Amino acid sequence: MKLKLKIWRQNTRKEPGTFISYTMDNVDPEMSMLECLDVLNETLTEKGQEPVAFEHDCREGICGSCGFMINGVAHGPERATTVCQLTMRHFKDGQELVIEPWRAAAFPSIKDLIVDRRAFDHIIESGGYISVSTGQAPDGNTHLVGKEIADRAMDAAACIGCGACVAACPNASAALFTGAKITHLGILPQGKPERDRRALSMVAQMNAEPFGSCTNIGECTAACPKEIPLEVIATMNRDYLYASCSKREDAAATIAPVAEYSANRR
Amino acid sequence: MTLDARIPSGPIEQAWDKARFDMKLVNPANKRKHSLIVVGSGLAGASASASLGELGYKVKCFCFQDSPRRAHSIAAQGGINAAKNYPNDGESIYRLFYDTVKGGDFRAREANIYRLAQISVQIIDQCVAQGVPFAREYGGALANRSFGGAQVSRTFYARGQTGQQLLLGAYQALERQVHAGTVTMIPRTEMLDLIVIDGQARGIVARNLVTGDLSVHIADAVILASGGYGNVYYLSTNAKGSNVTASWRAYKRGALFANPCFTQIHPTCIPVSGDYQSKLTLMSESLRNDGRIWVPKTKGDQRSPNEIPEDERDYYLERRYPSFGNLVPRDVASRNAKAVCDEGRGVGKTGLGVYLDFSDAINRLGEKTIRERYGNLFDMYQRITDENPYKVPMRIYPAMHYTMGGLWVDYQLQSTVPGLFVLGEANFSDHGANRLGASALMQGLSDGYFVIPYTVGNYLATNKFKKVDELHSEVHSVVASVQQKTDKLLSIRGKRTVDSFHRELGKIVWDYCGMARTAEGLESAIQQIRTLREEFWQNVTVPGSGYDLNQSLEKAGRVADFFELAELMCIDARERNESCGGHFREEYQTPDGEAKRDDEHYSYVAAWGYRGPGSPPELTKEPLEFHYVHPSQRSYK
Amino acid sequence: MSATAVGPRQNRAVTFWQSTNGKKVVMAVTGAMMFLFVIGHLLGNLQVFEGPAKINGYSHFLHTIGEVLWIVRITLIVAIILHITATVQLALRSKKARPIGYSRKEAINSSYASRTMYWSGPIVLAFIIFHLLQFTAGYIHPEAAFVEGDVYHNLVSGFSVWWVSAWYIFAITLLGFHLRHGLWSMFQSVGLAHPRHTLVLKNLALLIATLIVLGYISIPISVLLGIVK
Repeated sequence: MKLKLKIWRQNTRKEPGTFISYTMDNVDPEMSMLECLDVLNETLTEKGQEPVAFEHDCREGICGSCGFMINGVAHGPERATTVCQLTMRHFKDGQELVIEPWRAAAFPSIKDLIVDRRAFDHIIESGGYISVSTGQAPDGNTHLVGKEIADRAMDAAACIGCGACVAACPNASAALFTGAKITHLGILPQGKPERDRRALSMVAQMNAEPFGSCTNIGECTAACPKEIPLEVIATMNRDYLYASCSKREDAAATIAPVAEYSANRR
Repeated sequence: MTLDARIPSGPIEQAWDKARFDMKLVNPANKRKHSLIVVGSGLAGASASASLGELGYKVKCFCFQDSPRRAHSIAAQGGINAAKNYPNDGESIYRLFYDTVKGGDFRAREANIYRLAQISVQIIDQCVAQGVPFAREYGGALANRSFGGAQVSRTFYARGQTGQQLLLGAYQALERQVHAGTVTMIPRTEMLDLIVIDGQARGIVARNLVTGDLSVHIADAVILASGGYGNVYYLSTNAKGSNVTASWRAYKRGALFANPCFTQIHPTCIPVSGDYQSKLTLMSESLRNDGRIWVPKTKGDQRSPNEIPEDERDYYLERRYPSFGNLVPRDVASRNAKAVCDEGRGVGKTGLGVYLDFSDAINRLGEKTIRERYGNLFDMYQRITDENPYKVPMRIYPAMHYTMGGLWVDYQLQSTVPGLFVLGEANFSDHGANRLGASALMQGLSDGYFVIPYTVGNYLATNKFKKVDELHSEVHSVVASVQQKTDKLLSIRGKRTVDSFHRELGKIVWDYCGMARTAEGLESAIQQIRTLREEFWQNVTVPGSGYDLNQSLEKAGRVADFFELAELMCIDARERNESCGGHFREEYQTPDGEAKRDDEHYSYVAAWGYRGPGSPPELTKEPLEFHYVHPSQRSYK
Repeated sequence: MSATAVGPRQNRAVTFWQSTNGKKVVMAVTGAMMFLFVIGHLLGNLQVFEGPAKINGYSHFLHTIGEVLWIVRITLIVAIILHITATVQLALRSKKARPIGYSRKEAINSSYASRTMYWSGPIVLAFIIFHLLQFTAGYIHPEAAFVEGDVYHNLVSGFSVWWVSAWYIFAITLLGFHLRHGLWSMFQSVGLAHPRHTLVLKNLALLIATLIVLGYISIPISVLLGIVK
C-alpha cells in the first residue's frame, strides 16, 4: 500500500522545526509503524540524507521508549497499543499520516520525534519508591496482600512511562503518571508507612515541573497504552488532600526541572 | 595464563558464608571516598547501583536510553525463580541448584549456581518489600507457578510483566539513591572504552548521545552490567539498542570472553513476516503449559490448521518426549521445531513456523480460564498477526533470545582485569550452555543486590588506588582511539546502510552459528564474516555528524563490534567439538538426534583473550569440576 | 545531576493552594457550594407556578432573614471568586505547559462538556451578572418597569421579551453542560472515585444537570407560551 508521511523534522532544540512530506510506495500491511519508519530511513540514508530520529528500544510495547502523535492521536488510532506494535493494516491505502512529537513544556524536544522525558524520572526520584534498603526485607509472606489489592496495584504499576498521557492531555498534565505510582505504592501494605510523605513530595515535584493541571476529562487514560484507569488520579488527589491536612513536616523540597544536556567537552 | 575462579574451599552449602567472612571490609567512613562506575541500568546495573549507593559509595550509573527504566530487563515476561517452597511441593535450595546445573548441561560452575539458589530466597523478600506487585492468592499469600518445564512451582510472577515490575522496583531503589545524592544517573550516554591504568580498571570513556561529547569518568572500580549480545543475530527478542560494545571494549582491554558460542534460542516467538522485520516478539514460555505444539504429518500441507484432522497432525514433542512433552527445555524445543521445518513440514507463508494450539485447553478449561491465564499474550499475538488465537492455533518459531556466554568472571564476579566486575547477562557465570526459564531475572538481581556489594568492598579494601586524573597519558590515548574510530565511521561515506550490513551479518550468524552448527559451516561463516567486515569498513554510510544526536553513528559503532564478536563466536563454536545445551554441533549427536556432550574433553569454560588486530584470539580453559551433581545425559523422554 | 532546592518554610494552606491539586479541591468545594445554591434557587423559582402570592411571599421571607441572606451571598461571592481565580491560574499554567501546539489533535475520549468548561464557565458568569442586574438590582429591565418586591411581575414581564428568554435558555443550557462534567469531576478532584461508582456518578451527573436545565427553562418557556402570565 501507499502512504504519505508528513513528519516533523527538527535538528536541535534551538532550531525551528518543520513538517516534511515523504511518499512511501511499498508499505506492507504487516509492518509495524516503526518498521515503516525504518524502511523510510533506509531510503533516506542511501540518498545521503539524515534519517528521521525517533526513540525506540524493546519494540514489544513495554519499555516506553517509543511514542509520537499520528494524526493527532498519541500512539495512533489503536487503543492500548504503542507505535512499535501498531501495524500498518490499520491505515488505508493512500492515507496521509501526520507524525509529530509529544509536545509539552516539560518534554523539551531533542531532535525530530525525540523529546526529553527526564521530568518523569524526577517525579519518581522525589518519592516514587518504598524506602527499603537491600537486606532489610522480611519474608515475602509477612505482609499478606489480598488479591484484589494486588491486582489494583498491578493495574497502576503497569505504567511504562512513555508520556502519552501528557501528550494527549490538552493541559499537558502528568496526573495519570504521578497518580499511577502513588496508587501502586500507596495501596500496598508495604507502602503504607510512607503514603502521606510520598503523596506530598511527588505532587510537589509534579507541580515543580512545567506540567499543566488535570481537568478530569480522561484523554490520558484513553491514550494510555496500558489503559491505566483514571481512578489513580482520584487516589492521588485523596492522598494529597489527606496528607496536606495531617502531615506535620514542612513543605517537600523539590528538584530543579530538566536542564539542557550538558555539553562539557573533555 | 591460568584462571583462578577463587571458589571457596569446603562444603558448597557454606561457601558463600565463608567467602563473605573472608572478605575485607571498607570502613564506613571511607566508603564515600570510593567512586564506582556502573554501566547499564537493567536489573543487575540498577540493583547494584542502588545497593552500593545505600552502602555509601559514590556511584555513577550510565545508560544509553533516556531513562534507566527502559533497560531491556523490562521485557522479561514469565517470572523469577526462588527456592521458597511456599507450595510445599518438594522445592529446596538444593533442588533449584541441581536443576540449574543440569539445565545448563554441566557447563557452569557449581559454586556460583549454589550461591544463586541460596540468594534466590532473599531476592523475593527484597522485591516484595519494594512493592513489586507479585501475583497473590485470594488469601494474600504469594502465588507460584511451574515454568519452563520445572517439576515444582517455584516461579513468582507479576502477570506477564514480571521483568517490568522487578526492574521498576530496582529503578525506584536507584532513584531513591539519586535523591539521596549517592548515585549520579547519567542517561543517554554510551560507554565506548575502558581505561586500564597499571593493570587496574580505573574508568571509562563515554559519549553523550545528545551532544556527541566524549567524557572521561575515573573511578576506583568499574562494574559492567550491560546485558547480552543477542543482537549480533540482527533478528532477536532483544531490544534494538542492546549491544556488546561495553563488553567488547573491555575484552579488547584485556578481559577474557567466555563461551561466546553459548546462545539461547527461545522456542516460542512470533515468526518473521517480511524482509523489513526489525525484531522478533517473544511469546512467554508459560504458553507451553497449556498449548500443544504440532505440525502436519505431510510435507507442504497447505490446508488451514482447523481443517487438518487430528490423525494427520504430528504432536512431535509429545511423541518424542512422552514424559516432558511440550515442556522440554528451550534448547530441545527449539531444535525440534527447526528439524520439522527443515523436513518441509513448517507452517505459515514462509514455512518457518509450527502451531501452538490451545483448542484442547479451551475445551477442557473453558475460554474464560485461558483468557485469565494468557489474555494479555493472546491480545499481543492478535495485535501483531491479526489472527485470533482463541480460534486459530498460534504460529510460533524459535528466535534468538539470551546469551549465556559473556565476559569471564571469578566467584567474586571480577573479570581478568582487576577492578572490572561484570554482572547479569553480560557475564558468563551461572547458566552454562543453556539457561532455564525464569532464571535470568534471578541472576541479574542476585549479582546486583547481594553479591557485588560484598565483592567490590573486598576489592576496594585490599587494593591501593593511585590518584589518576584526566591528564594521565593512558586516558589521552584511550580518548584518542575512541575519537579516531568515530571519525573513521563518519568519513567512509560509502553506499550501504548500517542496517543492511547488520542484517546480512545476522543472517550468517543465524545460519551457521544458530540452532545447529557444523565445523564446515563455521569455517565458511568465519570467512564470510571477514569479507563482509572488510566491506563494512569500505562501504558503510553514516550520515550526519558526530556532534549531535546521530542514531546511525550509534548503530555503526555497535555493528562494528558485532562483526568482531561474530567471528569469535564462530571460532568458539568450531573449537568446541561436542554438543551441549544451546550449542548443537550436528557432528555430535546421539542416534536419535539428541545433543551428545563430551565431558572427557570439553568440561571446561572456554575463555578467549584478545591478542591484537589480525591475531587469532588466545584460548584459556577453566576446568569445571562437579562434586555434587554428576554429569549425566540430560533426558526428557 | 539535579540540584535540590529546599523551599522556604511555608504555611500549609499556602502550599496547598499553590499546588494544582489543591486548587482543584478548592474548585470542587466551591463548585459544590454553587451547585447547592443552583438547587435552592431553582426550588424557590419553581414556586412561580403556584401563583404570585406564593413566590412573592417567599421573596419577602428571604428579605426578613437579611443577615442570613447576606452570609449566604458573601459565601457565594467568595466561592465564585475562588472558583474563578483557581480556574484562571490553572488555565494559564496549562497554556504555558504546551507552548507549541499540535498541528492536529483529536479528542478520543473526553466529553464535549468537559472540553468546553473553559468557556461554558465565563458565559454562565456573564449571564449571572446580567441576571442579577435584571432581577435583583433591576438596572436592566427592558420593555417593562421593575417593581421592587413583586418578583412575579418582574419575572413574567422580563421573560416576555423573547431575547431575554433566549439568552436565559442558552446560558442555562451551558450551565447544564458545566454541571454535567463538574458534578462528576468534583468527586474526582477530592479523591472519591471507585470504578463501580464512576459510571453511576457520571450518569447521575447527566441526569441532575438535565433536570436542572429543564427546571429552569420551564419558567421562560411557560411565560412565552402564556402558561404563566
